[in-house]
Amino acid sequence: MPDISYLNALVIQVRRDILRQVHKVNSGHPGGSLGCTEFFVAMFQVIMDRKEGFEMDGIGEDLFFLSNGHISPVFYSVLARSGYFPVDELNTFRLINSRLQGHPTTHEGLPGIRVASGSLGQGMSVSIGAAQTKKLNNDDHLVFTLCGDGELQEGQNWEAIMYAAAHKVDNLVVTVDYNGQQIDGATDDVIPLGDLKAKFQAFGWDVLEIANGNDLQQVIDGMKKAKERTGNQKPVCVLMTTVMGNGVDFMMHTHAWHGKAPNDEQLEIGLSQNPETLGDY
Amino acid sequence: MKKYTDSGKKDTRSGFGAGLTELGKKNDNVVALCADLTGSLKMDEFQANHPERFFQVGIAEANMMGIAAGMTIGGKIPFTGTFANFSTGRVYDQIRQSIAYSHKNVKICASHAGLTLGEDGATHQILEDIGLMKMLPGMTVINTCDFNQTKAATLAIADHQGPVYLRFGRPKVPNFTPEDQVFEIGKAVQLQEGNDVTIVATGHLVWEALEAAQTLHDQGISADVINIHTIKPLDSKAILASVGKTGCVVTAEEHNYYGGLGESVARVLAENAPAPQEFVATQDTFGESGTPAQLMDKYGLNAEAIVNAAKKVIGRK
Repeated sequence: MPDISYLNALVIQVRRDILRQVHKVNSGHPGGSLGCTEFFVAMFQVIMDRKEGFEMDGIGEDLFFLSNGHISPVFYSVLARSGYFPVDELNTFRLINSRLQGHPTTHEGLPGIRVASGSLGQGMSVSIGAAQTKKLNNDDHLVFTLCGDGELQEGQNWEAIMYAAAHKVDNLVVTVDYNGQQIDGATDDVIPLGDLKAKFQAFGWDVLEIANGNDLQQVIDGMKKAKERTGNQKPVCVLMTTVMGNGVDFMMHTHAWHGKAPNDEQLEIGLSQNPETLGDY
Repeated sequence: MKKYTDSGKKDTRSGFGAGLTELGKKNDNVVALCADLTGSLKMDEFQANHPERFFQVGIAEANMMGIAAGMTIGGKIPFTGTFANFSTGRVYDQIRQSIAYSHKNVKICASHAGLTLGEDGATHQILEDIGLMKMLPGMTVINTCDFNQTKAATLAIADHQGPVYLRFGRPKVPNFTPEDQVFEIGKAVQLQEGNDVTIVATGHLVWEALEAAQTLHDQGISADVINIHTIKPLDSKAILASVGKTGCVVTAEEHNYYGGLGESVARVLAENAPAPQEFVATQDTFGESGTPAQLMDKYGLNAEAIVNAAKKVIGRK
């Protein structure tokens, strides 16, 4: 595992990447991206057993699927800084002829992406399929998925949750970004999610919680625990509480920055709160 | 005229089942998923032979399409099975994003297509599915005409890299194509040679087209009959060669005239060699309950309708 001070520096640098990507094209989703920065760094730097390079089939390595594809800025930044493609390519985010589409896609052949996502509610089903293929291939690696909490309003998720338990897909860890926010406001005001822990448990899942998903060490410890809980006949769910917009004070604790880019002045404030660590692209 | 013999009526869905059974034995990467219609789709034998490669999804088609997309990652070739309505319209966005746009090697196998589903009525009789699926970039669309062709198509699509929509039906229909046929995706099959009119038919309407050609022959009209099993990619060359000879065309399909085979043929002709065309298809309507024969008669999808359309289109030359 890389040194924790390096990982903390990487978190700050990824936040800068997120802000700069969305600012440049005046579009994209900084809020959820910032909230999941620690999670992505933990997954790609510590938790997942990954191979060098990228092959679509991902045999003999852990796989990751992003269901809430709109938080592509954090995904792209961490993929680039984990060696999947040149960091400079972050300059092309959302531009014409770029591999870094607004929402992640396989269509342009960007290494690290295994399915298109963006239309919500589909990633869990896809990851279940990938996990079942791993079992058929006698590949004992794991499949990880991240989905949004608001995204759980999509009914397909509950089809998938029911299926994964029925088929004992126990090589799957689904993490829910539990930030309580969605485009129109707080999830409690839009469509309350109720007791998510009880719901997943009632559907037959093993549920863990990460109380502060913006504490890197907590995320690492929580996801390690989740890995240990696989292979026990039950799919594993991690309810990870995060703060949307984490790390940029005026973006925190609000849905306002879900899908809005900072202006020049706001960018400068955001960057000043996250001084350059590993070098900007 | 060539003679075609019905070797005994069989349902095309049983052709799919037979093909899947054979595939199960010869290709370990083939997996099958079904949304609570295993018997209707004739997937029982595959399920019995390979329980570890058969996945009962329950009544959850959206989830089934997503799982199938995911299963391709690692080299499996998933065949999904449910009715055509639930294979397309119900799950369009799942197919669009997770399968077509992501270019996943999923075979979407759809039974009970069209009016010939019969008594269940319009909720289940999809007449828009060909249009929905052919509009998806990269999607191959196949609509087979009898048991033997459906079995051959099922085997062939396993060897094709990329998403495929395979459409077939419920009723027993004449089985007249060769048992040992080689199914070539995108290649039209010339069934009759003629000079006065081209009849391009797909699915259950192919047999009707042969009967129509016989009736026309008896009245001194010779028809070129083309069996189009692959609607996308369409064999434009075969269609242009035939219409170049006859100067007019009738298209025949168990589908709405919006979005179906007829429109694809019209596009090919418009771009290359415009010619009069008549459409034997449903006229922008939903279906209803009834026996398959009653419905095909009421909605004008039979040999008689093809004969009338042929005479009309010849008059427009």
